[in-house]
Amino acid sequence: MCLAIPGQIVDAQEIDGLRFGTVRFGGITRQACLDFVPEAQCGDYVIVHVGFAISRVDAEEAQRTYQLLDQMEALEEEPGALEAELGKDGG
Amino acid sequence: MSGPIQFTCPLPLAVKDRIVLGHGSGGRLSAELLRDVFLPFFHSPILNRLDDQAVFEFRGARLAFTTDSFVVKPLFFRGGDIGSLAVYGTVNDLAMGGASPLYLSAGFILEEGLEIETLRRVAESMGRAADDIPVEIVTGDTKVVEKGSGDGVFINTTGIGLVPEGVRLSPALVRPGDLVLLSGPIGDHGIAILAEREGIQFSTDLASDSAPLHGLVAAMLAVSLDVRAMRDPTRGGLSSALNEIASRAGVGITIEESAIPVREEVRGACEMLGLDPLYVANEGKLVAFVAPHAAQSVLAAMRRHPQGHDATLIGAVTDTHPELVLLRTPFGTTRIVDMLPGDQLPRIC
Amino acid sequence: MKYLDEYRDPALARRLVAEIRRSATRPWVLMEICGGQTHTLVKYGIEELIGERVELVHGPGCPVCVTPLEILDKAIAIASIPEVIFVSYGDMLRVPGSRSDLFRVKAGGGDVRIAYSPMDALRLARENPQRPVVFFAVGFETTAPANAMAVWQARREGLRNFSMLVSHVLVPPAIRLLLDSSANRVQGFIAPGHVCTVMGYEEYEELAARYKVPFVVGGFEPLDLLEAILLLVRQLEEGRAQVENQYVRSVNRTGNQAARQRMMEVFEVVDRNWRGIGPIAQSGYRLRPEYAAFDAEKVFGVEAISAPEPPECISALVLQGLKKPVDCPMFGTRCTPATPMGAPMVSSEGACAVYYQYRRHTAPAGAQA
Repeated sequence: MCLAIPGQIVDAQEIDGLRFGTVRFGGITRQACLDFVPEAQCGDYVIVHVGFAISRVDAEEAQRTYQLLDQMEALEEEPGALEAELGKDGG
Repeated sequence: MSGPIQFTCPLPLAVKDRIVLGHGSGGRLSAELLRDVFLPFFHSPILNRLDDQAVFEFRGARLAFTTDSFVVKPLFFRGGDIGSLAVYGTVNDLAMGGASPLYLSAGFILEEGLEIETLRRVAESMGRAADDIPVEIVTGDTKVVEKGSGDGVFINTTGIGLVPEGVRLSPALVRPGDLVLLSGPIGDHGIAILAEREGIQFSTDLASDSAPLHGLVAAMLAVSLDVRAMRDPTRGGLSSALNEIASRAGVGITIEESAIPVREEVRGACEMLGLDPLYVANEGKLVAFVAPHAAQSVLAAMRRHPQGHDATLIGAVTDTHPELVLLRTPFGTTRIVDMLPGDQLPRIC
Repeated sequence: MKYLDEYRDPALARRLVAEIRRSATRPWVLMEICGGQTHTLVKYGIEELIGERVELVHGPGCPVCVTPLEILDKAIAIASIPEVIFVSYGDMLRVPGSRSDLFRVKAGGGDVRIAYSPMDALRLARENPQRPVVFFAVGFETTAPANAMAVWQARREGLRNFSMLVSHVLVPPAIRLLLDSSANRVQGFIAPGHVCTVMGYEEYEELAARYKVPFVVGGFEPLDLLEAILLLVRQLEEGRAQVENQYVRSVNRTGNQAARQRMMEVFEVVDRNWRGIGPIAQSGYRLRPEYAAFDAEKVFGVEAISAPEPPECISALVLQGLKKPVDCPMFGTRCTPATPMGAPMVSSEGACAVYYQYRRHTAPAGAQA
């Protein structure tokens, strides 16, 4: 359920009394409603679902999680089984 | 609560009794329509090959013959319009059989109320496209339907071409070990069109890849005649083209996900709408099945040609999973690349 | 694309897989509730990677699958009215009702349109003031604020030709139903990251405490899911039953206050039927009485339409994690995405459909298409 992806706010304006913004996803942009993320500013990343930003991506938390993952040691045990699994040709 | 919860389920719908848009999507519904409605009444061994074009001998020459209809909304889109598309589409179907185009026909179904100036722009674009190739539009027809019965302009083009001596392209020739080459990034046409669709609109600089492929094909065949088969992955995308070849040739195909080029614009739109680029339409790309010994030189020839500048090797033909197309993910796992029942729909979940 | 590509890194995935394999000393059964997460798991073949000790079962978290037959019949009835413009999210069009689907209504001349956002439906209502515009508001908690905003704005603008057919469902009551079943084998849950982005995860803390099962709020990319699986395995191995938040970059404990507030202004909690599951108490939303003028069921008088769901497939067992899609004798033969027999084959996010699309080559020979 609930396909939502991160995009970057390019600009923001008020339309019909609601806050909207242009949000960039890869090589495209689309208008999204920013009314639920009053704290989000131009340049911020927001998670967008059916044309509505539902959260501002917490850049520090994202960075921290990623660093934790990155620091995780590659494992020494059972490398054979793992490599076999990863290198498996399903054909 | 004791015991498993009693979940219940709906019965399936009765046999499909109406044409739905999915019948024109180039996916499984299109194939079923062909099999259940047309083939039982059209008795032709040439048609039964179900190639993109009919190739037959006539007084010592090998001719290719094909027809295609064009219904695109909007009529004018970034990177092309229905006029040039109608010329390129049929030229490309001929080219996939190895043929160089000779003559085209053009049939128009016009909606009452259409502005003549719009039609003039379409005709001008068709003429320019035909001159560039070059191919002559030698016959045509025009019909008008009541307002509301058409969508401005529908165009049908039929083409005839000559297959050069020694060229033989057919899915039946594809065999295990052959390599799969793709001429460039996928999904440009479908996403460029989708960007302008009501209710979905988004902004992008992406242009349709609409282009003629006969020059690229000639360049490939000039370096090797061991190209076994080609397809232009139009409706239904790369997935449909590969599945068609796999099922006609009775072989398996394995492709590498990381090898398939996709532009940032196409990726962004697909991520946002929950679409898979493998199913998105192209109008200026081809996928070729080449004998392994010839693959390097054919690939080099493709890259020297403007239409094949970004050509890559994306996979290989195998005998291990007949009639199935598998994709290897960057994680080393595999998954099926299936033909869709109908059009891909934007999803929320 | 930033915040997507980093979370699809194969080298990091390999490390997480190794860590999961090392951490799991016993068999564990985990459920991801959300169809979007099922899609990622199956698309990347993550089940193949993580080893036999951790079994993943797929939950009922696909709004398209669980929208009940009677609501579809109501949608089809409304969309068939000549002057109506019926607007829907794309993936609802193929879902069969009792006798038809929205695609066939469109083929028969109905004005059925696909929209990406409910605001697109609102725009259509402004542009066509003389025609009724009806939006098909399905979804879980993630989608509810967007749908609420559309109807809230319509009321503010006085758009009298706009209405909504609401079929909203909620995740926690469905989890409670699963956990109350004596046949339940799920030992830990990946909680849906986008639902929790809106709602926070306090409700899941109650569930964890009451049923003594761990939850990890998970994101939607392969690394998110692998990390969520690892955190669940560690909790289970250590005998903990807490709520942990893996999807920190989007989710906080109390959710999105602005979104929740708009939802509660517009919707109220109600009992709902789930397709393939049956009625679940207090498991959905309907429009509050002050929005009655925007309730398509009332506007078009279709409230009385009902549709019994004949028992047929094993989706009950699939959705409880007691069976895999490939265990069903109809899987890939009588039941395919083109001819769905049950809810999980209906939507591209349904467990059976995802298996059919990506994984039927790993099914036992008898179950293959």
